[in-house]
Amino acid sequence: MMRRATVLALALVTPAAGLLVYTPWAETRSPGAGDARPGAQATAPPKVPPAAGPAQERVEVPPPPFSDGIFPCSGCHADLPVNPTRREFTDMHADIAFTHDAQHRWCLDCHDAADRDWLHLASGERVSFEESYRLCGQCHGEKLRDWQAGVHGRRTGDWNGHKRYLLCAHCHNPHQPRFRPLEPKPAPAPPTRPGA
Amino acid sequence: MEPEGRAPRVTRRTFASCAAAAAAGWILTACGPRRLYEVPRERLKKGLADLERRYSAQYGTPVTVADTPPMPGVEFAYALDISRCIGCRRCVYGCVEENNQSRNPQVHWIRVLAMDKEKGVDFTHADPYYEAKEVPEEGHFYLPVQCQQCRNAPCTKVCPTGATWTERDGIVVIDYDWCIGCRYCMAACPYGARHFNWGAPTIPTGALNTSTHYLGNRPRPAGVVEKCTFCIQRSRAGRYPACVEVCPVGARKFGNLLDPDSEIRYVIEHKRVLVLKQDLNTMPKFFYFYGT
Repeated sequence: MMRRATVLALALVTPAAGLLVYTPWAETRSPGAGDARPGAQATAPPKVPPAAGPAQERVEVPPPPFSDGIFPCSGCHADLPVNPTRREFTDMHADIAFTHDAQHRWCLDCHDAADRDWLHLASGERVSFEESYRLCGQCHGEKLRDWQAGVHGRRTGDWNGHKRYLLCAHCHNPHQPRFRPLEPKPAPAPPTRPGA
Repeated sequence: MEPEGRAPRVTRRTFASCAAAAAAGWILTACGPRRLYEVPRERLKKGLADLERRYSAQYGTPVTVADTPPMPGVEFAYALDISRCIGCRRCVYGCVEENNQSRNPQVHWIRVLAMDKEKGVDFTHADPYYEAKEVPEEGHFYLPVQCQQCRNAPCTKVCPTGATWTERDGIVVIDYDWCIGCRYCMAACPYGARHFNWGAPTIPTGALNTSTHYLGNRPRPAGVVEKCTFCIQRSRAGRYPACVEVCPVGARKFGNLLDPDSEIRYVIEHKRVLVLKQDLNTMPKFFYFYGT
């Protein structure tokens, strides 16, 4: 009698437990099942990753980070004689502490002497401040490739659509390129025991 | 051997009663409430509208609860550049705001571990509670850990109610209405990526992100487990997760693993990539790499 009661109880419990433990919905959901839900109807499914198309078309770069009132450079430099000598800045540009391979480099290696509103490559080709990454990429080619692939630097926007990049100069001051340390946000609260 | 002449162990009567009881049990259980993907469309729509009404009343602002399905041909993956991360914890708090985590008791889906450069990736010497005036600190590197969205996820296997599963786009999700708070999944997760609501979550007035997803950042009740969902409410709408956008050093990369032109594929094909606790065969879709 005892055994019978046990078997009966087991029989009652087993299928219920079986239902709970075995989760057919996780494995056997047919591929289309999710699409039949209202979300698929209500909101148009977002774009599938673009198959082709040059990355540049979908990329937006904000304007270069000039200090206030500094651009256009020709505002002052058009009337000034060109002075290529290495020197300490006193009256103007005193905020520039040049530490970007300073041993081998000075202003006019990157800034164009003929027209200060432009930069120039080693070849002499002029590039605008909007395209300054071409200048940086002359030495940091590996970083440029990573940046173009979206792996170096911050990207915002859509992972499968319109993306926003930053220029090198948005994060790295071209004159002192090392990324500045930041103050961290507060540490998480350590776990506490109730009543402690 | 049974001695001859004795009745068989299970009599016809016992067998019949057991079979009847089993059938009754099966029917009774099947009559209960149904899962997200099993309910008829109208009922689901109504359920979502009910949730929206409840949350809107509770927080005093219009809240939307989406159920955006996975996109076909998409499998999400994530990559984090260990050589870039400076441990500033911007991602932790960006995540809290985007995903409506409880402020008190505190729930953080991302935990940033400070590690000794000398020791390498070594969890026994990792410190999540580091305090510093400025980061990165000398001799340290940082390893943010969140849900690794495993392909072979141990957490989904142990759930007794089927409240957590892997979606077709690879996101491991939790249905908070089915979670009974047993925390088996937390014990099963080797990354400590799941978090439990010990109390009713508190979110300051006006700080609620009103754009929510049923399986993601909708406000949770007390006593359920929650975790990173790759910002399901954003990623399924084509956007980058919040932590990707907030990272000041651009260490966080996200994309479609099935798209050969995606950032994530570039990382895997060109960089030194590792996953955490590879020997456990969890097969994470969260990769760490060295960008330098």
